[in-house]
Amino acid sequence: MGNDKPDVLHGSLALMVLRTLETLGPQHGWGIARRIEQTSGDLLELNQGTLYPALLRLEQMGWIGSKWGTSENNRRAKYYSITRAGKKQLAAEAENWEQISDIIGRFLRRTRESS
Amino acid sequence: MTGLRVLWRRLVGLLRQRHLEQDVEDELDFHLHMEIGENLRRGMSPEEARRAALRRFGGVAQVRESCREAGGLPMIETLWQDVRFGLRVLRRNPGFSALAIFCLTLGIGANASVFSWMEGILLRPFPLVEHQERMMAVAGTERGAPGHADVSWPDFQDFQKNCTLFDAFIVDRITGTTLSIGERAERAPMSVVSANYFDALGVRPILGRGFEPGEDVGRNAHPVTVISYRMWKERFRGDPQVIGKTQMLNGMPHTIVGVAPEGFYGTFVGWSIELWVPLSMQEMFDPGGYKLEDRGARWIEGFVRLKPGVTPRQAQAEISAMASRLEGAYPASNRGRGIQLYPLWKTPFNNAGTLLPTLSIALGVAVLVLLIACANVSNLVLVRAFGRRHEMTVRMAIGSGRGRLLQQLLTEGMILSSLAAAGGFLLAYWCRNLFVLLLPPRGGVAMFLPGGLDWRVFALSAGVCVVSTVLFGLVPAVETSNIDLAGALRAESGGVVGGGRHAWARSGLVLVQVALSFVLLAGAGLLFQSLRSVERTSPGFSTNVFTTYTDFAAAGYKPERIKSFEDELIDRLQAVRGVETAAFVRIVPFSYRSYSSAAIAVEGYETPADQQLTVDYDEVGPGYFAAMEIPLVSGREFTRLDNESAPPAAILNELMATEYWRGRDPVGQRFQVNGRWVQVVGVARMSKIRNLTEVPRPFFYLPMRQSSMGSGLQVRTALGADRIAGILRREVRKLDPNLALGEVITMREQVERTTAFQRVAVSMLAVFGSLALVLAAIGLYGVMSYRVSQGRREMALRMALGAKTSDLLQRVISQGLVLTAGGIALGAAAGLALTRLIVGLLYKVSAHDPLAFAVAALIMTAVSLAACLAPAWRAARTDPAEALRQ
Repeated sequence: MGNDKPDVLHGSLALMVLRTLETLGPQHGWGIARRIEQTSGDLLELNQGTLYPALLRLEQMGWIGSKWGTSENNRRAKYYSITRAGKKQLAAEAENWEQISDIIGRFLRRTRESS
Repeated sequence: MTGLRVLWRRLVGLLRQRHLEQDVEDELDFHLHMEIGENLRRGMSPEEARRAALRRFGGVAQVRESCREAGGLPMIETLWQDVRFGLRVLRRNPGFSALAIFCLTLGIGANASVFSWMEGILLRPFPLVEHQERMMAVAGTERGAPGHADVSWPDFQDFQKNCTLFDAFIVDRITGTTLSIGERAERAPMSVVSANYFDALGVRPILGRGFEPGEDVGRNAHPVTVISYRMWKERFRGDPQVIGKTQMLNGMPHTIVGVAPEGFYGTFVGWSIELWVPLSMQEMFDPGGYKLEDRGARWIEGFVRLKPGVTPRQAQAEISAMASRLEGAYPASNRGRGIQLYPLWKTPFNNAGTLLPTLSIALGVAVLVLLIACANVSNLVLVRAFGRRHEMTVRMAIGSGRGRLLQQLLTEGMILSSLAAAGGFLLAYWCRNLFVLLLPPRGGVAMFLPGGLDWRVFALSAGVCVVSTVLFGLVPAVETSNIDLAGALRAESGGVVGGGRHAWARSGLVLVQVALSFVLLAGAGLLFQSLRSVERTSPGFSTNVFTTYTDFAAAGYKPERIKSFEDELIDRLQAVRGVETAAFVRIVPFSYRSYSSAAIAVEGYETPADQQLTVDYDEVGPGYFAAMEIPLVSGREFTRLDNESAPPAAILNELMATEYWRGRDPVGQRFQVNGRWVQVVGVARMSKIRNLTEVPRPFFYLPMRQSSMGSGLQVRTALGADRIAGILRREVRKLDPNLALGEVITMREQVERTTAFQRVAVSMLAVFGSLALVLAAIGLYGVMSYRVSQGRREMALRMALGAKTSDLLQRVISQGLVLTAGGIALGAAAGLALTRLIVGLLYKVSAHDPLAFAVAALIMTAVSLAACLAPAWRAARTDPAEALRQ
């Protein structure tokens, strides 16, 4: 029925979207995709399509909102913006993420040293 | 919280599905447009830019799909799809749908009806009464005597005082009175109840009050009554000022203190109670004198309500311990006496206990009918599944999962059974009060046994509906999921006789149907034979005697006045031409009322130390045995000379004579009845006293004049029923216009009323058996028609090779009969095991009675023959040329 990708991936993509919207303000899907690719230094080759179901889910969770507007080249486009709940979630998740990456990092260093 | 929010958004999404899809479409479009623009700026050719953008994006269709899934509720969506599709399919095959729904409606309706009867009669029999699940019936036991006994008021009070596990002890002794309504006299069922009755049951009178604690005490001290809603509406025309008015009851004015709420019928399964009086009025309404201070006078039937969390076992243990303490404290009255608690549905003193076996049979039979109906529908679905193989195969070939196909099939089944369940409920609604129609009125009052249609019945029936869907959907579903794709597509339009496995499944289902129907038929046969042998049993008295009664109590007669009235009425009746004999009796045999029982002692007969010898007796007037045509084996019958001043006399039945006098002639001997010496003046031939199937027990008769007066009147006459009823009314009115005379019926009718329950069981099995037979016939017809239509080529070939019409006819019919024979064999095996369950209802008939089984086999065979005839005829008329050309 649903998409069976691991939660970490969903989680990290969500984190990137929220962070992007927090720094850039309201942004349409393509803009978000581009920004994520650029920020990652084009290291992350996103299958851009997977972004849209993720946006839908974030919206259902109430972390982002959306509004139809007009794009820079005068087309109808859907603009997403982060909500208050989204900002809270981002803060919590970011901390969480840093902790995890810190732990994993330490773990990896330790094992490298001992080998 | 978030879970709820997501669900909400998805639901909203479901509603604005089309809108949402358009949005996603626009959004993806925009994305690609931007990406292509970017690529063009990088210097790609338009074609290249487009391809790169699409590659970068991934599968557009997939993204669209997963957005759709994320946006709505896919399960509900596909379900809705299936439902719409299913409805379309069912509409396209109206014949199939109607037949399937008809079969299932019968099956589910039968079950829902029986559920409603069980709910209304056994499980929650008392509308408006709180916490019935914690209520239990209380009855006494007597060591060495089977069955139940009543309880005395002093004992009852001791239990109430000393037991800790009970919320309430409630007394409810049914009695009755006669109310005159204009010219007509009408019996009204009433109850003598403890003062806590209405409070303990949680029933609040809509006007006035219930009884107050003090109203239990004092001999005849509180002539107050609570009347039923119906009585208030009909007799008092809903008078709001009714409280405080008086109503004559058994010759004494009673003040109306309350009106019970609408829908409260008291607490006696089988009757709708019209009046309640408090316990202190016992002597006025319960025959046999004042009993409230007599520990030996057992007359109380009642209920207890357990405290929450107390198990019936704990309650029983406590009350039994209390009973044995009473046994020790009051050996004279309580030796050998115990207490037994019963769940409401086993209550021994009202009609719950009597109806339990009948209703259990009804339930078993209804389940069998449902199974047969399911087999039928299963068969229908199978045939159709075969016809839909093409559709299924194609759907599978274009990528439907097997699970998806199964879901579709089950949804279709669910639609069928939901429609049938709706029909079934309607059926149950019509049938909920049908049960009582099968039972005759007793003592001139119609019985009251409403079914209960509440949420429990609905839930259970809905469960039945789901289970039956699974049952009839199972075989076809398994068959369908076995579709061999390549094979099926290749052989699709082929003419080879297909579905060998199908044929097996279908034949198996028919086999089961025939077997189940056979079991029902055999059971009906057994019960019918049992009823016949009950009815052939002689009661030991003449059934042509007329019986009626006068209600002296209601007219306020004192014993002296009763005596003179009875003598005078008998004299007048004897003078009427055509009347042979007339006699009064206290309790007419085969009436609902219970006989008195007395402690006896016989010289030269040793009684075990822990037992008290008690024997039931009746009081009869002069000429009773002559009127009833019960022969006397020795001695004489009572005359008017056996009165208050004559020495006490008794007449024994044969069994009492042989049991206690062991071969000596008891006539002229004496024995003690409740401590008083009486002389045996005669011995009467055995006759039944309660019902035709009773085990013979010792019994004796006392002259009414020397004991209590009674009002049952037995008249032997050559006149017709209408004539004698007219004469009786005229003569009674001449003597006293205020005295009400009850209905005049023959003893035959009186006897037949006691076999009503057996008759109900027989008619129920007969009805359900014929239903089953019809269903089985439909099933057999379907299978045979199908076989014939599939085997047309073969038939044509045989014909072309010289087979005669009669050969083909014979061939088809013999195939059908083989199926039937298999089913009967299976049914006989099952029947031999199952009929043991009804052995308790069988009277002088073996549960394996060969006649019943043979008749059932014969009927089954005849019906199968009829069901095969049409398909066989069609087969025989096959036109070989045409069939072979196809």
